[in-house]
Amino acid sequence: MSATKIIFRRELAAYFATPLAYIFIIIFLMLTGVFTFYLGNFFARGQADLQSFFNFHPWLYLFLIPAIAMRIWSEERKAGTIELLLTLPITMGQAVWGKFLAAWAFIAIALAGTVPIWITVNYLGEPDNGIIVAAYLGSLLMAGAYLAVGICISAATKSQVIAFIVSLMVCFVFTLAGFPLVLDMFSSWLPAGLTEAIASLSFLTHFQAIAKGVIDLRDVIFFAAFIAAWLYASAIVIDLKKAD
Amino acid sequence: MIEVEHLSKRFGDRYAVDDLSFSVAPGEVLGFLGPNGAGKSTTMKMITGFLTPDGGTARIMGHDIQQAPVAAKRTFGYLPEGAPGYSDMTVAQFLRFIADIRGLSGAQRESRIDAVVADIHLNDVLGQRLETLSKGFRRRVGLAQAILHDPQVLILDEPTDGLDPNQKHEVRKLIQGMAKDKIIVVSTHILEEVEAVCSRAMIISRGKILADDTPATLAAKTASGRLDDYFREITAGGLS
Repeated sequence: MSATKIIFRRELAAYFATPLAYIFIIIFLMLTGVFTFYLGNFFARGQADLQSFFNFHPWLYLFLIPAIAMRIWSEERKAGTIELLLTLPITMGQAVWGKFLAAWAFIAIALAGTVPIWITVNYLGEPDNGIIVAAYLGSLLMAGAYLAVGICISAATKSQVIAFIVSLMVCFVFTLAGFPLVLDMFSSWLPAGLTEAIASLSFLTHFQAIAKGVIDLRDVIFFAAFIAAWLYASAIVIDLKKAD
Repeated sequence: MIEVEHLSKRFGDRYAVDDLSFSVAPGEVLGFLGPNGAGKSTTMKMITGFLTPDGGTARIMGHDIQQAPVAAKRTFGYLPEGAPGYSDMTVAQFLRFIADIRGLSGAQRESRIDAVVADIHLNDVLGQRLETLSKGFRRRVGLAQAILHDPQVLILDEPTDGLDPNQKHEVRKLIQGMAKDKIIVVSTHILEEVEAVCSRAMIISRGKILADDTPATLAAKTASGRLDDYFREITAGGLS
C-alpha cells in the first residue's frame, strides 16, 4: 500500500472519529436545502433543473471549506505530530497529497448527501441529467480549489482562527476575481494584461461554465492546475515553517 | 553507523548546533547530555531529517539524510521530544498506522504489534484514545511506535521524561535489552540513567561537544567520582 493511501485513510478516519464530520455534513445539507428552496426559489422558478442549487455552492464553500482546511496542518504543528509524520519514511508530496485527498473525499461525501435533491427534481420533471452531472463535477473541482488554498494557508500558521480568516479572504478574492468588486482593486494600477490574468482566475466564471453543462477542458485544467500549484506551495511552506 | 559531519544550525544569529561531528557504531548506546537549550533536540531533529541543517549532514546506515531521506528514515525509529501522537486515534489504530507506513503487513504486522505491546505493557490501553492517556502512557506509546519495525537505529529524545520510577526502570531495561547490536542515541537530563544504560556519554553545551567518553571515565575526572559533578563543572558556564 502506498504511503499516500495510508495517510489518506488515516486522515479520512480522523474526520469521523470526532463529531466534526457529522456536524459539517448536517450543516452543509441544511444550508444547501435552505439556499435552494428559499433563496433559490426552487419551486417558484418552475424549471426542472438544479441551477438554484448549484448557484449557491461557491458561497457555501467559501465559508465551510476554510473551516475544514484550517486544522489540516495547523493542528499537526500545534500537537507536534508533524515531527512524527515527517520523520516517517514518506515524502513531503505523499503527506500533502494524502491529507488533501482525504479532505476532498470528505467534501465529496458531504456533496453526495445532496443527491436527494437530484432525485426530487427528476421526480418533479425531466431535467437534463447530463448538465447536472457536469455541475456536480464542476462543484467538486471548485471545492478542491478552495481546499488547496485553505491547506496552504493552514500550513503557514499554528493558529486555526488566523488560518480560517485568511483563507476566507483569499478564497473570496478568487471567487470573485472576474468581477468588478475585485478587479477594480487592480485595474487602476496594473497593466490591462495582468488584470485580465487575474480575471481569468475567477472560480465563479470557471464553475458557471462547467455548471452550464459544457465541460470545457480548459476549465477542468484550470482547477487541476490551481490545486496542484497551491499544494506545491503548501509543501514549500510546510518545509519552511515546520520547526517554528 | 550514524555519521554526523559538521552539522550546524542557526536560529537568528545564535548557533544552536555549531559544527558538530561524531559517529556512533552498532552496539553503542550514546547518552546525549547537556543543559536545556544546549542543542540536543536540534541535533536529533537534524539527524532524523525533520530540520534542515544550515551546514553539514548526517548519514544513517550509509544513507545521507538530505540526499536519500526516505531510505535513511526507514532505518531508524524516532521518539520526538514530548512523544507526539494523533490524539483522535486509539493506541491500536495508531500502532497499525505506523506499521502500515513502515511497510509491515499481514501476519508480520500483527506479530510485531503484539510483541511491542507486550514489551511495553500497553495491553490495558489498546482501545483508548491517545488524548485520554496519562503522560507516562503517551511516552510509552511513543516508544512503541519507534521500535515497532525493529529498527537498526533508535533515536530517543528524553524517553523517560514524565515516567514514574518503576516505568523509568522498565524503559531502561528495554533499552538495555535492545542495545546488543543496535545503535541507540538517548537524550536525557537524568545522569544516573546515563550511568545505567549508556556505553558512551557525550556532553554538549551551546551546540559544541564538551566531553565524549564512557560515563565511568568522565565521572572519574572529578574528585567525587560522580558524573553529575563533572557535568556541572563543565557546563555551569553555559547556563549563564
